[in-house]
Amino acid sequence: MLQEEGTYQTELIDLSTVDVILISNYHCMMALPYITEHTGFTGTVYATEPTMQIGRLLMEELVNFIERVPKAQSASLWKNKDVQRLLPSPLKDAVEVSTWRRCYTMQEVNSALSKIQLVGYSQKIELFGAVQVTPLSSGYALGSSNWIIQSHYEKVSYVSGSSLLTTHPQPMDQASLKNSDVLVLTGLTQIPTANPDGMVGEFCSNLALTVRNGGNVLVPCYPSGVIYDLLECLYQYIDSAGLSNIPFYFISPVANSSLEFSQIFAEWLCHNKQSKVYLPEPPFPHAELIQTNKLKHYPSIHGDFSNDFRQPCVVFTGHPSLRFGDVVHFMELWGKSSLNTVIFTEPDFSYLEALAPYQPLAMKCTYCPIDTRLNFIQVSKLLKEVQPLHVVCPEQYTQPPPAQSHRMDLMIDCQPPAMSYRRAEVLALPFKRRYEKIEIMPELADSLVPMEIKPGISLATVSAVLHTKDNKHVLQPPPRPAQPPSSKKRKRVSEDVPDCKVLKPLLSGSIPVEQFVQTLEKHGFSDIKVEDTAKGHIVLLQEAETLIQIEEDSTHIICDNDETLRVRLRDLVLRFLQKF
Amino acid sequence: MPEIRVTPLGAGQDVGRSCILVSISGKNVMLDCGMHMGYNDDRRFPDFSYITQSGRLTDFLDCVIISHFHLDHCGALPYFSEMVGYDGPIYMTHPTQAICPILLEDYRKIAVDKKGEANFFTSQMIKDCMKKVVAVHLHQTVQVDDELEIKAYYAGHVLGAAMFQIKVGSESVVYTGDYNMTPDRHLGAAWIDKCRPNLLITESTYATTIRDSKRCRERDFLKKVHETVERGGKVLIPVFALGRAQELCILLETFWERMNLKVPIYFSTGLTEKANHYYKLFITWTNQKIRKTFVQRNMFEFKHIKAFDRAFADNPGPMVVFATPGMLHAGQSLQIFRKWAGNEKNMVIMPGYCVQGTVGHKILSGQRKLEMEGRQVLEVKMQVEYMSFSAHADAKGIMQLVGQAEPESVLLVHGEAKKMEFLRQKIEQEFRVSCYMPANGETVTLPTSPSIPVGISLGLLKREMVQGLLPEAKKPRLLHGTLIMKDSSFRLVSSEQALKELGLAEHQLRFTCRVHLQDTRKEQETALRVYSHLKNTLKDHCVQHLPDGSVTVESILIQAAAHSEDPGTKVLLVSWTYQDEELGSFLTALLKNGLPQAPS
Repeated sequence: MLQEEGTYQTELIDLSTVDVILISNYHCMMALPYITEHTGFTGTVYATEPTMQIGRLLMEELVNFIERVPKAQSASLWKNKDVQRLLPSPLKDAVEVSTWRRCYTMQEVNSALSKIQLVGYSQKIELFGAVQVTPLSSGYALGSSNWIIQSHYEKVSYVSGSSLLTTHPQPMDQASLKNSDVLVLTGLTQIPTANPDGMVGEFCSNLALTVRNGGNVLVPCYPSGVIYDLLECLYQYIDSAGLSNIPFYFISPVANSSLEFSQIFAEWLCHNKQSKVYLPEPPFPHAELIQTNKLKHYPSIHGDFSNDFRQPCVVFTGHPSLRFGDVVHFMELWGKSSLNTVIFTEPDFSYLEALAPYQPLAMKCTYCPIDTRLNFIQVSKLLKEVQPLHVVCPEQYTQPPPAQSHRMDLMIDCQPPAMSYRRAEVLALPFKRRYEKIEIMPELADSLVPMEIKPGISLATVSAVLHTKDNKHVLQPPPRPAQPPSSKKRKRVSEDVPDCKVLKPLLSGSIPVEQFVQTLEKHGFSDIKVEDTAKGHIVLLQEAETLIQIEEDSTHIICDNDETLRVRLRDLVLRFLQKF
Repeated sequence: MPEIRVTPLGAGQDVGRSCILVSISGKNVMLDCGMHMGYNDDRRFPDFSYITQSGRLTDFLDCVIISHFHLDHCGALPYFSEMVGYDGPIYMTHPTQAICPILLEDYRKIAVDKKGEANFFTSQMIKDCMKKVVAVHLHQTVQVDDELEIKAYYAGHVLGAAMFQIKVGSESVVYTGDYNMTPDRHLGAAWIDKCRPNLLITESTYATTIRDSKRCRERDFLKKVHETVERGGKVLIPVFALGRAQELCILLETFWERMNLKVPIYFSTGLTEKANHYYKLFITWTNQKIRKTFVQRNMFEFKHIKAFDRAFADNPGPMVVFATPGMLHAGQSLQIFRKWAGNEKNMVIMPGYCVQGTVGHKILSGQRKLEMEGRQVLEVKMQVEYMSFSAHADAKGIMQLVGQAEPESVLLVHGEAKKMEFLRQKIEQEFRVSCYMPANGETVTLPTSPSIPVGISLGLLKREMVQGLLPEAKKPRLLHGTLIMKDSSFRLVSSEQALKELGLAEHQLRFTCRVHLQDTRKEQETALRVYSHLKNTLKDHCVQHLPDGSVTVESILIQAAAHSEDPGTKVLLVSWTYQDEELGSFLTALLKNGLPQAPS
């Protein structure tokens, strides 16, 4: 029995250097304790409240299932590559077995969850002043989120596990994904060929058929998510299908919590359900199913359930992999009779593989995968709508599925073509950061002198003091020049050496010779001679033995060591130039 | 000069009909839209004609924000939106959106059906008004338009109560609504981050009170209730359907259970059952403890508390009745009060603030003979107790919130002028910020000086930051760049980049100075002497002797040449660009002083 899970690549990154983990939905956090508890991770985890609460329930169920069948010993030698090679399939083909870990404990779950910082949709969360992250509704599950990671000038959207169908969660927020430089797209539907609506219909009719014939129905499922929608469909369906007297059992260590929690997240639900709460009524009709005793929930098959158990019936229980949990008992109890049916709705596991150890089976098997996540048609519509500059996605999405290689429609089609990545591959995102935000303090702003260079474009040279704190940059006015020290103490020469790092502005423009000469004359220079050269002119101040070469893009003043003269000439030249 | 303007239309030096106008960076926001419990005439609603004399409110106001469902914060909303006319967005939290229309309907019924008022808003108007509401989540940044954004924070006061941050660019105002800084039996404490608003508008109901510990008050309350029922008396607790009622119910429920008491507790019907339902569905808005345990035991499912029937009031024997409304100004609580007032065995406990003009306020201020309708005089013999269970922050709590948010200035509303004055001084002393307390219709104008956000090219920023990291703390470093302003985009780039972007050529300004030196040696040797002199003098600079015989100091070039006439004189040509102005000028001056004698 599987007690270990494949988790994540450990060699690729040092998890203790990770600052932040963003959780998209409660299915995507099952490995969280491995990261938060054993890697030296000290960062923050961000998730919405439903994600955290339901994620806790999923983990609690998993831990409970695993702990019910404790193992005195666990084998690990088979992980040796030489041994593994010799094992039968599928063990032989398992990848990265060295990263497989034993299931965590509830204590580790609680510790992991305590590191979660709860956030709400459209909440802007500042990370170290450098970037802002924002969760957006993704429409897939209660509290499921897509994430926007943006600085003032760049925007990356992470779209994972999104749905455009109207089920119970708040609809997907598409508008906020617009103007992304990069959109990372993952978590598309596992079953692109199945229409979830059709599958729900099939689910109901198969269920009714079996029960009417006196058989039992087993629905392997997770304790939260699609089960809410299935119960709602059944709520509308059972009376018309004459199933009012058939008991529905929901068996999970967290069944009660899951049903209760679903009713208190009104703010995370679709509009229809929200308005029910305003009445005030519980948003999900399973409250009524419970009240009328049509739906009963139990923590396990032991205890109360064994007293109440009545057949024929419908049982919802986990784990959908059929490898552990109460579902195993029902498979063994009902597997021998062809009256019974097992209906697979969770898309995460291949039902054929799940059933393999139970073969031969007399029980009927129906496969109605309900995966509400985006399919390829919806993806292309979405991409057309939000128009990211670049799309990044797993390699699998850029080609048709191997089993249906002719289905060119089952892949992402966008312009420019999506960039793909593989497991454990590092991909550089195709944009260059050019700008960052800086604040100019009002006093400094007031002192700037803009000049119009071209129509509509103005320039101002800025000399300011840069202050950076928590990755926020502020420009403040330069300090007033300090008064020269009154005491003329002799200093060492080196102390007077000017700081060459103080940059002088660049100059631009050109000097019209005639005007320049006039200006010189106005300022008391006489005996000026102008010679033409190939590229410009030479202005000679014969008296001062000074020569000024003027060309289109340069001016060269050659003089004796007469600082006063030089500075005078410099300032006259500068009058004709613009500073940058 | 940019400025923030605030004008209370209600709740300025007063409690009731909260309504505050805020103008920030050209955006106009109305905070709350309440009614006044103490008046039945025109004064019960804010004077909306103040907002704009001509023109529609929708054109003038960018949005309306409602902090919580109490009628003194939302009671005028249907009148405002449907009768005066406003079609813009109205923001409130989900629980407020759920409960608000119910309280409005209740208020309407009392006003129209019981008091027979004409020209009041109708049920349909309440519905139409609620259609304009946009629900907000806690901490969600709601973009009202491209510039104006609002964000809700938990305020604790009642279910769904929120404080709101209103932000345009770098300027912001926080409005607290009513809030509570200590968690109670069903709600958590208000919280806000260090958002440093330009202005914090805070309520100040308990500006001068510092309340003792909640535990003491609770014990006191339970003791009084218990003693009264023990001696066979009846206890009336006037409450509003939502808020204090639930807290006190939880309190009594647990006490009854612990003491195994059998005396009936009733809750006046109608609203309240529904109210408890809201608490169950919005349990994420309650305090941590209730949220944690709700799966096992929902605190809002009461075992001991039963629905009240009008006939029960005349039953003999002890009982405890929660009845609405809370200030004894109308309805069931007033009816029961009239029945029970004459018996000194009975007790009325006022658990919250009472507005002037209400019966509640009168009996609390010691009046024992009340003039009722029809000139009847009601003598109050029953015991009257006041217990502050109001979920408002006390003076300590207000100071705490100011400390949390770190505003640049504070403005007090929702309190009595005298008490405000005291708190104002305290805030100004402790936080050294200015504190205002405008009366209704009085405008406070705060000049602001927003900083200007521009984009700085990363190249320039990194160049500066690398140099800025050097431990050169004494001299602040100057960043030099060019700000390019095109349309509304502001970018700060290096001068080189600015020139390049604008297609302008750089104009190089170069100086070459001739320095005459007395030196009979060969040019090469002079150059060498210059090199060693400069090398010794300029320790921090890069001084190099090049193979061609010239010397460089950073980018300044020095060449030695023979004098055309005087062989005993050498000419040093020092050449630098305008960008090296200081150093070049310094070097010529230095060299002019001559070289030190060569060691013999």
